[in-house]
Amino acid sequence: MPKSNGNLLSVKDLCVYFKTEDNVVKAVDGVSFEVKRGQTLGIVGESGSGKTVANLSIMRLISEPPGQIAGGAIEFNGRDILKMSPRELRDLRGCHIAMIFQDPMTSLNPFMRVSKQLMEVTQLHLGHTKEEARRHAVEMLEHVRIPDAPERIDSYPHEFSGGMRQRVMIAMALSCKPQLLIADEPTTALDVTIQAQILNLIQKLKTETGTSVILITHDLGVIAGMTDYVTVMYAGKVFEQAPTPELFERPGNPYTKALLQSVPDPTSEQGKLFQIPGQPPDLANLPSGCPFAPRCRRVEEVCRREFPPFVRLTSNHFSLCHFADEVYAESAT
Amino acid sequence: MADIEPPDNRPLVEPEIHVGPEYAVAESDVAELVTGEVFAGSSLWRDAWRRLLRNKLAVFGMLVVLVLAIASVIGPAIIARATGLTYDSIPKDAALLKSFAPFRTADGKFSWAHPMGTDNAGRDILARVLSGGQISLMVALIATLVSLVIGISYGAIAGYLGGRVDDLMMRIVDVLYSLPYVILIIVLLALLPAKTPTAQLAELFFALGAVSWLTMARIVRGQIISLKNQDFVLAARATGVPTLRIIFRHLVPNALGPVIVYATLTIPSVMLSEAFLSFLGLGVRPPRVSWGSLAAEGAQNLAIYPWQLIFPGLTMALMLFSLNFVGDGLRDALDPQTRKE
Repeated sequence: MPKSNGNLLSVKDLCVYFKTEDNVVKAVDGVSFEVKRGQTLGIVGESGSGKTVANLSIMRLISEPPGQIAGGAIEFNGRDILKMSPRELRDLRGCHIAMIFQDPMTSLNPFMRVSKQLMEVTQLHLGHTKEEARRHAVEMLEHVRIPDAPERIDSYPHEFSGGMRQRVMIAMALSCKPQLLIADEPTTALDVTIQAQILNLIQKLKTETGTSVILITHDLGVIAGMTDYVTVMYAGKVFEQAPTPELFERPGNPYTKALLQSVPDPTSEQGKLFQIPGQPPDLANLPSGCPFAPRCRRVEEVCRREFPPFVRLTSNHFSLCHFADEVYAESAT
Repeated sequence: MADIEPPDNRPLVEPEIHVGPEYAVAESDVAELVTGEVFAGSSLWRDAWRRLLRNKLAVFGMLVVLVLAIASVIGPAIIARATGLTYDSIPKDAALLKSFAPFRTADGKFSWAHPMGTDNAGRDILARVLSGGQISLMVALIATLVSLVIGISYGAIAGYLGGRVDDLMMRIVDVLYSLPYVILIIVLLALLPAKTPTAQLAELFFALGAVSWLTMARIVRGQIISLKNQDFVLAARATGVPTLRIIFRHLVPNALGPVIVYATLTIPSVMLSEAFLSFLGLGVRPPRVSWGSLAAEGAQNLAIYPWQLIFPGLTMALMLFSLNFVGDGLRDALDPQTRKE
């Protein structure tokens, strides 16, 4: 993808390795993606595909050791995050880039009143006094539609339900009006009705504040409804990148196709759900060719031997496959 | 033909029945959204307090500790006001310069003047026990406070930073642990010769505190290690909270349960150490008294004037037992794993 000035964040050839006792796990290996201002980028992939690690690296939250950002560059607003001092990083986190985690049950400190946790953010980053921070915190809670915010703000997290806690997390993440919001599977731990509410809320707040969003998920339905552009990850690598509608209509990668096929279709009469055979590969011990080759349906000799090229299908559609063009052509029909 | 297992080990998928958590609607969530009602949940502390009150021994212990503490704090002043006796007032009349039994005067008649009798110099033992209690309590509280401050900071920092820093810090603790604490205290007290009795007392506080933080540091470190990988710590880091603030504002409060329990159990152990040191003549020096020094004095006259040992000894034993009951009760109340219900 050509670098344009509309990019808020650009990740280039990011490599994150974890050293274990006797080998190196390449959790993220040469991943590149970009987030434009006001855009929502979706990152999909199976568990262990490196989605979370890549995004924790953006905030430099990988614990080192055992983790290590082994290469690449992460530019945010033109500044390389990998070269920032701890102080600059602290200013960046929570203020310019905020994060929402998967499990709202454990992401709030159980021993701190919600008010204190919300106030901490603005006191740290915006230099708010106690009164200002409190007023702001109440506003934020009202913003995420928590009823009776002024009374409930002094509750402890356990007095909130899961959906409410995720709202609190969102309020916390958005209280400094960050330019980028990373939502790491924000709805995985919630039940469907709440899921829809939370996603609508994120969407609404996004349009209100113009924040860019990275949405990490393994739910393709969420991707379809929420994102402008999608990055598909597998085994620590980017397998396909495309604008969302195109990815769903015309995938250019066998892995993406398989993923799309595994989505249950309630109207289908077919009894069995499609499943990608096999297991994701061991990241410490990757095969020499394409990491997806052992599970791929159209695997050929070359796949097992050589690492596939990153093929450009259209100006903004890329696929990591020896047969990307063929797959792309096939899915047109 | 019978069903053939799929060639690879993948399990058979049953798509019709999908009862995943994502399809389960939590009723409480829905109800809450509809009514916006808040349930006043009982907090961990309130729960623990309720469990503590159900423990009879712990309640007994708390009452005894409270009574003894209040008696020690205000008792000597009341006795001084009522009878003019202090722990250090030696009668002027030479005939009274001897030890008489509880509720007796010098000539063996019944009297309310000395409910616990007097010591060899005719000093009122009740007044001495109570003001000894002041010193013992003070030593125990201040030394425990010192151990809390050092132990929590040290343990929390070691646990949170981990890696080499943790290794180094905890090896230092191990080395200190392996030294007998009495020798350590003797060396500390010898290295810092005190000029005034007050300074000497302060030294004793410091010395006892300095050796009693080791276990505290270990306990806190263990707690912090188990807490630091939780999501809320990552969330705090992701909002740019500085490290020290994460340790002391976010992590330490979460570790307070075991810390409180151990602190409650540190008080009697420090009290006992103080008594032991005073018994050896290393602790509180005359004219000041503590339960330990009173017991030391009484032990010398045990055969003839048993009350000189019995009263300070009993008081101290009662206090130590009670504090231990409270500590055990707190442990049971705060640790969900030992919950009996």
